[in-house]
Amino acid sequence: MRWWLDELKEGLTIAFGAIRANKMRSGLTTLGIVIGIVSVTLMGTAIEGLNQAFNRSVAVIGADVLYVQKWPWGGGGNWWEIRNRKDLLIQHAKAIEDDATTVASVSPIMGTMRNVTYGGKLVEGVVVIGTDADFITTTNANVDLGRFLTAMEANGGRPVCVLGSEVAESLFPNEFPVGKVIKVGNHPYRVVGVLEKQGSLLGLESFDNRVYVPINRFFSEFMSRRGGIQIWVRAASLENVDETREEVRGILRKARKVEPGAQDDFAINQQEFLIQTFNTIGGVIAAVGLFITGLSLFVGGIGIMNIMFVSVTERTKEIGIRKAIGAPKRAILMQFLLESAVICLLGGLIGLAIAFPLSLIIDQILPTAMPVSIVVVALLISLLVGVISGFLPAYRASRLDPVDALRYE
Amino acid sequence: MASPVIRLVDITKVYQMGAEEVHALRGVSLSINRNEYVAIMGPSGSGKSTLMNIIGCLDTPTSGLYELNNTNVSEMNDNQLARIRNKEIGFVFQTFNLLARSNVLHNVELPLIYGGVSSADRKKRALEAIEQVGLADRAHHKPNELSGGQRQRVAIARALVTKPSILLADEPTGNLDSKTGEEIMALFDILHRQGNTIILVTHEEDIAAHAHRRVRIKDGHIETDELVKDRKVVTHPTLTSV
Ligand SMILES: Nc1ncnc2c1ncn2[C@@H]1O[C@H](COP(=O)(O)OP(=O)(O)OP(=O)(O)O)[C@@H](O)[C@H]1O
Ligand SMILES: [Mg+2]
Repeated sequence: MRWWLDELKEGLTIAFGAIRANKMRSGLTTLGIVIGIVSVTLMGTAIEGLNQAFNRSVAVIGADVLYVQKWPWGGGGNWWEIRNRKDLLIQHAKAIEDDATTVASVSPIMGTMRNVTYGGKLVEGVVVIGTDADFITTTNANVDLGRFLTAMEANGGRPVCVLGSEVAESLFPNEFPVGKVIKVGNHPYRVVGVLEKQGSLLGLESFDNRVYVPINRFFSEFMSRRGGIQIWVRAASLENVDETREEVRGILRKARKVEPGAQDDFAINQQEFLIQTFNTIGGVIAAVGLFITGLSLFVGGIGIMNIMFVSVTERTKEIGIRKAIGAPKRAILMQFLLESAVICLLGGLIGLAIAFPLSLIIDQILPTAMPVSIVVVALLISLLVGVISGFLPAYRASRLDPVDALRYE
Repeated sequence: MASPVIRLVDITKVYQMGAEEVHALRGVSLSINRNEYVAIMGPSGSGKSTLMNIIGCLDTPTSGLYELNNTNVSEMNDNQLARIRNKEIGFVFQTFNLLARSNVLHNVELPLIYGGVSSADRKKRALEAIEQVGLADRAHHKPNELSGGQRQRVAIARALVTKPSILLADEPTGNLDSKTGEEIMALFDILHRQGNTIILVTHEEDIAAHAHRRVRIKDGHIETDELVKDRKVVTHPTLTSV
């Protein structure tokens, strides 16, 4: 064990000595690794940020909620056939509510976009959602102020509404919103409650820029004809969500008179599908991104290999001397492996030191921290690049004939 | 009779130069006993360095038997030879062959590092060897801060530090002026008196006169092998205290 540590120490001393003796050359070679590590870690951080943003968003969608719609998430199917499907109707939601046994809560959903005003304040492009009182249990949303729509208000189509947190903040920066009358489009609605902040889907579509109104009133005030709703269904339990999906499917096929053997004329979407789609797309992005940035690391590694060959040739005489006084092959191999590993590790450390502040810029767009795992992986990768690209030159050095090496000028 | 330290039997060395074969050694047999002091002489290209490299386990013979301390080394692999070089052999070269970036102490310590000696022990032994060659005050100097003679003494300290069975010196005074050369030879004389076995290659009769036995080589053969009658022993004033 002793000799091993001493040879390691000797190897490290030589490595640092060689690097110090050729500062310019070592610096330029290290630059290749620095650039490689910066690009790989930044790419890793960006991918991690994307994943985190997606996971935050997708949590709002809920793993135990089924989204019955005309269009399947993640695409697929015959566009023309899907477009021509019969609309989903309130009575279909009723059928599920009446017949399903594994369902916790069912809500019809219909949406459109309107400007919302209060006093002199205007919020443009708010998503107006018509739904029923069960919405709050179906989506597991939390009420921040006041309450959600009551069954009586919802069924009776009362002119009342609940605000998403973003809308509430814009319209009522200094006032208590509950009880105030706002205008959704041209129609007056009294605010009965405000929901807690929910976030957004990948930073794009906010779940909080919304106003909820009774669906019965929605039809008359925002839609010229009935129809084209979505039905959101919360399963009684997360474990049995597949069973619930089959049950809902059966009820809908019957209610919509789908012939036995014919395909469903509706889609039952789930968070899982989104996750699958994202994982496929995200995986491809990650692979391509890391491959391209990895190429720069590869180029850096070739630079190291090149410079190590130069270093071995330059120090042929030194190798001869060491061998003459009894250095085994192993010690020579280790000496040069250590040199390239040290160069690469330095490159990795410098790369991380540069990448970290840059990752704070990514943080502005995709809120995330540079994961510790990436730091560790980056250092391991630079070590690996050092060992791999140093191996061939080091192996050649270790096999030099002592007499030939000593004679080298 | 005690068995020899070195026993060479019919050693040949052939270098392949393209289609041409160069016979550097054509059947050399030689035995050297403990505490002998042998000078190898001969014209340029006669095979002296080749023979020294084989004795020093830097090179392997094409054929023949080489026993060092009764062990057959002619069939050892690279790593076994490295171990023999480290433990049994101290080599002194014409061009010193010191590591330029390391100081005297580290140069002398180096064989002990590869020999797996603990660092405290290493330092002690290296300083002893440095003192033995009279360079105690230069231990932390780099080779380029030393004179040629001082560099060669560092090389001798490095060769001595492992307490090898034999000291080999291939033209150790070849790069030195005659006065400095005499100083180095005085050092070898002392080392011989202390019990070391020494083999040195030289062109100069003056230098060879320090040895007890003189081997002349020509064209890869041993031409003569005789005891030196007019032996010259000088002890340099600065080294008498050692
Ligand atoms: N690596 C080699 N390849 C081919 N031929 C070699 C090699 N080394 C030595 N020789 C040849 O072997 C012969 C002996 O060389 P060697 O170096 O032993 O001579 P030497 O007696 O030490 O000469 P000098 O006094 O000039 O040092 C020479 O003819 C030389 O050209
Ligand atoms: Mg020679």
